[in-house]
Amino acid sequence: MSILVNKDTRLLVQGITGKHGGFHTKQAMEYGTVVVGGVTPGKGGQVSSHGVPIFNTVQEAVDATGANATSIYVPPPFAADAILEAIDAEIPVIICITEGIPVKDMLAVQRALESSDSRLVGPNCPGVITPGECKIGIMPGHIHKAGKIGVLSRSGTLTYEAVGQLSALGIGQSTCVGIGGDPIIGTKFLDVIKLFAADDDTLGFIMIGEIGGSAEEEGAAYIAEHVTKPVVGFIAGQTAPPGRRMGHAGAIVSGGQGTASSKMEAMAAAGISVVNSPSDMGITMQKLLTERGLLDEALA
Amino acid sequence: MKVHEYQGKEILRKFGVTTPDGRVAFTVDEAVAAAEELGGSIWVVKAQIHAGGRGKGGGVKLARSIEEVREHSEAILGMQLVTHQTGPGGQKVRRLYIEEGCDIARELYVGMLLDRANGRLVVMASTEGGMDIEKVAEETPELIHKVWIDPAVGFGDYQARQLCFALGLSEKKQLRAASKFLRGLYDAYMQYDCSLAEINPLVVTGSGDVICLDAKLNFDDNALYRHPDVVAMRDLDEEDPSEVEAGEYGLSFIKLDGNIGCLVNGAGLAMATMDTIKLFGGDPANFLDVGGGATAEKVAAAFGIITSDPAVKAIFVNIFGGIMKCDVIAEGVITAVKTTGLEVPLVVRLQGTNAVQGKAMLAESGLNIIAVETMADGAKAAVAAVGA
Repeated sequence: MSILVNKDTRLLVQGITGKHGGFHTKQAMEYGTVVVGGVTPGKGGQVSSHGVPIFNTVQEAVDATGANATSIYVPPPFAADAILEAIDAEIPVIICITEGIPVKDMLAVQRALESSDSRLVGPNCPGVITPGECKIGIMPGHIHKAGKIGVLSRSGTLTYEAVGQLSALGIGQSTCVGIGGDPIIGTKFLDVIKLFAADDDTLGFIMIGEIGGSAEEEGAAYIAEHVTKPVVGFIAGQTAPPGRRMGHAGAIVSGGQGTASSKMEAMAAAGISVVNSPSDMGITMQKLLTERGLLDEALA
Repeated sequence: MKVHEYQGKEILRKFGVTTPDGRVAFTVDEAVAAAEELGGSIWVVKAQIHAGGRGKGGGVKLARSIEEVREHSEAILGMQLVTHQTGPGGQKVRRLYIEEGCDIARELYVGMLLDRANGRLVVMASTEGGMDIEKVAEETPELIHKVWIDPAVGFGDYQARQLCFALGLSEKKQLRAASKFLRGLYDAYMQYDCSLAEINPLVVTGSGDVICLDAKLNFDDNALYRHPDVVAMRDLDEEDPSEVEAGEYGLSFIKLDGNIGCLVNGAGLAMATMDTIKLFGGDPANFLDVGGGATAEKVAAAFGIITSDPAVKAIFVNIFGGIMKCDVIAEGVITAVKTTGLEVPLVVRLQGTNAVQGKAMLAESGLNIIAVETMADGAKAAVAAVGA
């Protein structure tokens, strides 16, 4: 079991003929992801270099292939429109990798999502992987190991760091979700926490936040009330100067809001095991699993 | 991206926002000529730097004669203006804005930005204009009135009226003027892809006019491609030269005060690396994310920017390869060290894609490198190397 994506996922790639879309489609297919079609306006009827049929519109692709997920690698000026097209075609899971979408464009996307049943992950995220079943996005598949610990994070490489530590300890992952580093994202900590909490095969999870916004605090409040599974947390940006945007468009402390310390305090108060050193994420989860007698199951 | 006050006002005027008349000046003589051209008997000499808090720092002065305009301009132009936003070193004043004086009856605050909690734009208004609004938000949040904008319907006239009445602008002429101002501010924000608009203060004059006395506009960097006129307003003097250079290479770089240079892939990992250095008693010299698809050339450029900072006493390269391959990083580091030399200890941690190849390349290069396996070990080694 897992969340969001699995072996039954039938994936579309929007922007499949672009450099990034093409490269990551190849990687995903090599990992075992079922890619059923691509979308590039004007290239409908052609077949991609991966042997995948290309369609002009998302609706055509869905009608022809029965796709139930899409990944978006469209360049920033056109990416919000690509998301809106996927929402319009009622695709249940939309994963947008593109970095650099203007906030104004995302205001419209956010509004469209509110009156839709689609779930958007990202933008500006590494994607979602259920190890051994389905990889959607740009994360390196080989560091993952199928198992029972979830990982959710605003950052790409820091997710890999957590995954690498878990795998090195023999602890596999149920699903790893990169929710993205932008100020407006479709799926927030709270949404993924609810999914992990409800997933019988996720024994516990690692939650990696960063400065800016208050989504970590919202997630922590839910965990305090509803989650009994072991949770390890880390917040990046404890040393970031205020008012400066730390790489990610959403990683900024402004007006005294969104500091690492306030997030870490909220998470610790919610019963999350917050680590000061990101190198300790894996061993802390190992320790929690051991204390609760869950380690054998996590290593299975 | 940030612009100066006078540039922000230039944009706002296009949307029907009323501001005092003013002129930008780069020299004292230009400032005096500007005052003469504006006429009247009272002027304000305002330092133009990107940081806020200019008045408290002595960068805004009232002049009651042309001689005073000259005196104040001489004092302010070229000064290192220190405010709570500039840091202790301050920012050198290179431009002045000479503005006609204004008869202030009330000072109000209006701000507009994204509310990340719900993905909506929020317009905030307060009667506590001219104050530090963060302090108002903390101590008396009930004095800040907010309306959220549904992007499907836009900013409603009724919402503008709600804010006006909350600010006590119920007299007919003021209600009309303030509503027109709010509409103009919203239109400017949307059309120019702003990320922040702050008018502090918005003033009501003795004769009941509503005037925008200060203007702070920030713009969404991701949307600059559709606003070449905003890009043309960029003032590189207000930015750190090493950050400008890094930007030209597509690197995300922020200069900090410490002595351990950091070269990392990914923004989250880059922040985490800084945090780990601090945790073990060191101080990072910079934030640097080389990005996902960096080439060896880009890595070499990043390395050059770090080593050009004389404060840097050790370098920590921390890479978790995904799409970014560790052998590419190794090649970039080796190239950079061979061309520019290396005078400080270099700690390298390579994990993930092609880590084995990358480590082998570094080992064979003969360079004096401290190779480590984890981020924590790397941070400890770097801190030990600077003798902290």
